[in-house]
Amino acid sequence: MSEADEVSIRAEARAWLEANWNPDVDLVEWRKKLADTGWGVPTWPKEWYGRGLSAVQGAVVEAEFRRIGAVGVAKTGIRMLAAATLFDHGSQLHKRKFLHRILTGEDIWCQLFSEPGSGSDMAAASTRADLKDGKWIVNGQKLWTTSAQHAQYGLLLARTDWNVPKHRGLSYFIIDMKQPGITVQALAQMNHHASFNQVFFTDAVIEPEFLVGKLGEGWKVATTTLMHERRSAADGISSWGQESGRVGRAYDQERAEIATVMEPYKWYPQRAGRVDLVVERAQATGKNTDPVVRQEIAKLLTLHRTGQWISSRARAAQQMGRTPGPEGSLGKLVASHVARAAANVHTLISGADAMLTGEDSPLNGVIAEILVSTPATSIAGGTDEIQRNIIAERVLGMPKEPGLDADRPFKDVPRNIVS
Amino acid sequence: MKFCFTDEQEQFRTVLRRFFVEKSPATEVRRLMATDTGWERATWKQLNKELGLSAVHIPETYGGQGFGFVELGIVLEEMGRALLCAPYFSSVVLAATAILNAGTEQQKQARLPGIAAGDTIATLAFTEDNGAWDSAGIEMVATPAGGGYRLDGVKSFVLDGHTADLIVVLARQPGSSGDDGLSLFTVAGDAPGLARQLLKTADMTRKQGRLKFQSVQAELLGEAGGAAAPFARTLDQAAACLANEMVGGAEKLRESAVDYAKMRVQFGRSIASFQAIKHKCADMLVDVELAKSAAYYAAEAAAANDPDLPAIASLAKACTADAYMQTAIHTIQIHGGIGFTWDNDSHLWFKRAKSSEVLLGGPHYHRELLMRRWNV
Ligand SMILES: Cc1cc2nc3c(=O)[nH]c(=O)nc-3n(C[C@H](O)[C@H](O)[C@H](O)COP(=O)(O)OP(=O)(O)OC[C@H]3O[C@@H](n4cnc5c(N)ncnc54)[C@H](O)[C@@H]3O)c2cc1C
Repeated sequence: MSEADEVSIRAEARAWLEANWNPDVDLVEWRKKLADTGWGVPTWPKEWYGRGLSAVQGAVVEAEFRRIGAVGVAKTGIRMLAAATLFDHGSQLHKRKFLHRILTGEDIWCQLFSEPGSGSDMAAASTRADLKDGKWIVNGQKLWTTSAQHAQYGLLLARTDWNVPKHRGLSYFIIDMKQPGITVQALAQMNHHASFNQVFFTDAVIEPEFLVGKLGEGWKVATTTLMHERRSAADGISSWGQESGRVGRAYDQERAEIATVMEPYKWYPQRAGRVDLVVERAQATGKNTDPVVRQEIAKLLTLHRTGQWISSRARAAQQMGRTPGPEGSLGKLVASHVARAAANVHTLISGADAMLTGEDSPLNGVIAEILVSTPATSIAGGTDEIQRNIIAERVLGMPKEPGLDADRPFKDVPRNIVS
Repeated sequence: MKFCFTDEQEQFRTVLRRFFVEKSPATEVRRLMATDTGWERATWKQLNKELGLSAVHIPETYGGQGFGFVELGIVLEEMGRALLCAPYFSSVVLAATAILNAGTEQQKQARLPGIAAGDTIATLAFTEDNGAWDSAGIEMVATPAGGGYRLDGVKSFVLDGHTADLIVVLARQPGSSGDDGLSLFTVAGDAPGLARQLLKTADMTRKQGRLKFQSVQAELLGEAGGAAAPFARTLDQAAACLANEMVGGAEKLRESAVDYAKMRVQFGRSIASFQAIKHKCADMLVDVELAKSAAYYAAEAAAANDPDLPAIASLAKACTADAYMQTAIHTIQIHGGIGFTWDNDSHLWFKRAKSSEVLLGGPHYHRELLMRRWNV
């Protein structure tokens, strides 16, 4: 981006925000305005609520939002994965029906991929969708579904053909979560949250137009969703943008949203390790003078920064239209390393206090929550082992291990016995 | 140094393992950890009536069984494996050992039989809010008053401090610092002026208290101003014990990870057939066996009164803490999403691993001690 370009976008965004932003607006009305003018997601295409700006230009606009303190469109959670998937594979109808309400925050989404018997091996899903009287009828069970308790819609991977190899018998649907055939049951986690769920389908119904992509091509569509998930995992939510003490109706409504429908994501900053807190904690405890602690902090910060720079290189290359190099595939794995290292450093800094939790522990429980949340980072969205396989096979071109499961009809493949 | 348990010791272990499998299954651990007390008199009594476990390392003259730290290590390893919810580390490992090291003959006669029988639950209160694990952090003052002493200050991270009947307290003469002027005292759990608060701990299976002393009457234990050496010795012995407790937990995790891997199928085959999983499991075995070697050697050193015990205890504490934590991380990872749930038991041991890593000082701290103690 040329400098002139940047100056003019900055000026335009600033002028628009100054003319339109008012902290006392109704949140949904404000987000509608953002969607309709393209300022909410300026990097999206012009015909779909964006302005067709590059990522770098988008960052300029975002900085203007921060400068004036304006609330943005709804961006966290599975909704952004849904949007990205619909851009690549959705029909005009899908985009019209869903994208706008994704941005306004009116709809919450969840991702119905993993099952009791298939996690890493997502293509072995055995939840079934059968066509009956022109509608898809869904039966089966999904597991670990984050946010299912709040979701209006789910991205569902289901088996539509049992007589072909596993990758070819899957289809991808958008399913209405608020229907009688669906039961959602919360699952408690080791960190005292319950953001994921079991979801049971008993003759749940999907209208035929909510198939995404072609019948039997669900794996391809799901791969798109996963790619975006892994990329965003690499970027990580390091902390909520919310600053406390801001006054106005829009802020109140956003706070209420975070406390309710966004509640499942409350601990996500902690699972990334909260590298942002390390230096401040070291200074507050005086541990910043301990040479051993200094070394560990420096190692962590180096890992964290270089990890961010990998993502920046990947984004920059993409903008220049270069073929993506290996840097784009490494971020998720690096994020796991960062999270684990951060948990160690927080333990080292906190000393005896690392044994405490809740209001007795440093930063009112935040440090304790880091220590019991980071194990999720190397599992959710594809485990470290799977990431390593992907890197070895797709980036380094190493041969796959001989498999017994991908070349025969799915019904003949050995599976877990799930009660 | 012996590098092998005797047949009698192996039999003892077998008996203990069977006992804890029955008395402390995960369901029982979960039930007790949800209570404020964290343990139950009935089980505790049974443990002592049937097996006399509180008496193991206490000499017979004080109502004990007269075994040594090797046997105590076996008990701790099995308790760590079962994640037993009981005030054993506090009462037997910390308090009884401190009394043995510091008390006068008469005090040992008076205090130890109750602990050995399991009738008295004791603990050792030394760490304060500053979280230091050595004498340098002691700020609590003991002022002579009418033939006895009065204690003022705060003790924190005191194991079972909110429930103990008898508290052994480390405090210093006004104006002293470092190892100088340190004395140990005993205080009744319900002494006037003592305010006890249960701390919220991430590891719910071992409770801790914060104890506020306001002009609390205390009895001197041993020699006035002479507690530095017996206290340091107690810490070394306790570190050796904690190392043994940790390897018990680590081995249990490693077994559960291997069992799960053999059972779970992905990509049409057992996940145990993937080299990524095999290597992790093999690494865990190496880590845990190295840690066991350290823990057992430390128990032998404690039993033999080896002059190198301080260094060996630190070596063992650091080595086993790292191994336990790493094993816990691998175990959750091998379980995948299941491993992150509350219903899966892995997190109970994961949290014990985290709290044990920090308790008595973290690995970096102990590695530094090791270097000093070996004059490096
Ligand atoms: C916090 C959290 C939130 C989640 N949210 C969602 C969600 O919203 N929607 C959703 O669909 N899912 C969600 N998941 C599920 C997640 O995607 C799965 O847990 C993950 O893919 C692993 O699958 P699994 O749990 O079945 O473990 P398994 O696949 O059974 O893996 C067990 C172990 O085997 C290893 N392994 C498996 N295959 C291989 C191989 N080929 N080579 C080497 N090692 C292997 C794994 O790495 C792991 O260590 C969430 C999980 C967590 C922890």
